[in-house]
Amino acid sequence: MSTSKISILVVSGTSERLQMAAMVASVAAVSGTEVHVLLSMNSLQFFFRSNSEHPAAEGSFGRTMAGKKVPPFKQLLQNAVELGDARIHPCSMAMDVLGAEPGQLESFLASPLGLTRFLADSADGQLLTF
Amino acid sequence: MAEKQVIDARGTFCPGPLMELIAAVKLASVGDEIEVLSTDQGSAADIPEWIRKVGHQLVSTTDAGGVWHVVIRKAK
Repeated sequence: MSTSKISILVVSGTSERLQMAAMVASVAAVSGTEVHVLLSMNSLQFFFRSNSEHPAAEGSFGRTMAGKKVPPFKQLLQNAVELGDARIHPCSMAMDVLGAEPGQLESFLASPLGLTRFLADSADGQLLTF
Repeated sequence: MAEKQVIDARGTFCPGPLMELIAAVKLASVGDEIEVLSTDQGSAADIPEWIRKVGHQLVSTTDAGGVWHVVIRKAK
């Protein structure tokens, strides 16, 4: 059973921030922490099953990382769900703006979630933004 | 009878070796040993930390020419 909680708000579409968010989510989730992730703004496009595009790097580290055997961020987030106590939601506002349906997204994502509910759920834990 | 398996995670960066270990732990039986091979020094430090946090047993950690061998026993 989880004894702590981390909420992660992901708005960036750059490789470094997506990677770090996924690393935090996966390691926290497999270490007994309840993890809630909300994917919004520029991050959500990378969770469409039809999108095979890789996020761009925002700096030199991201470019270096692209040539290394670093676990893909989507795999880490899937690990967080399957091996730990994580729930990963698309932001309902971002879904509306993109005109998207849940069935278009990766299967390990939970149902769309609004910001009000996300903030309420995160009130008694840490909130991290990437 | 307890079994031992080896996970070769050499060349993979953090948290790849840890995730591979956890996937194996999920499938293992209590008492089984799992040895992780990793060239990632951060993982060599992180894996024992995870073991302590979740309550499994660290059997040994050795550095063999830049390859870390971390052996754990599933305790619960």
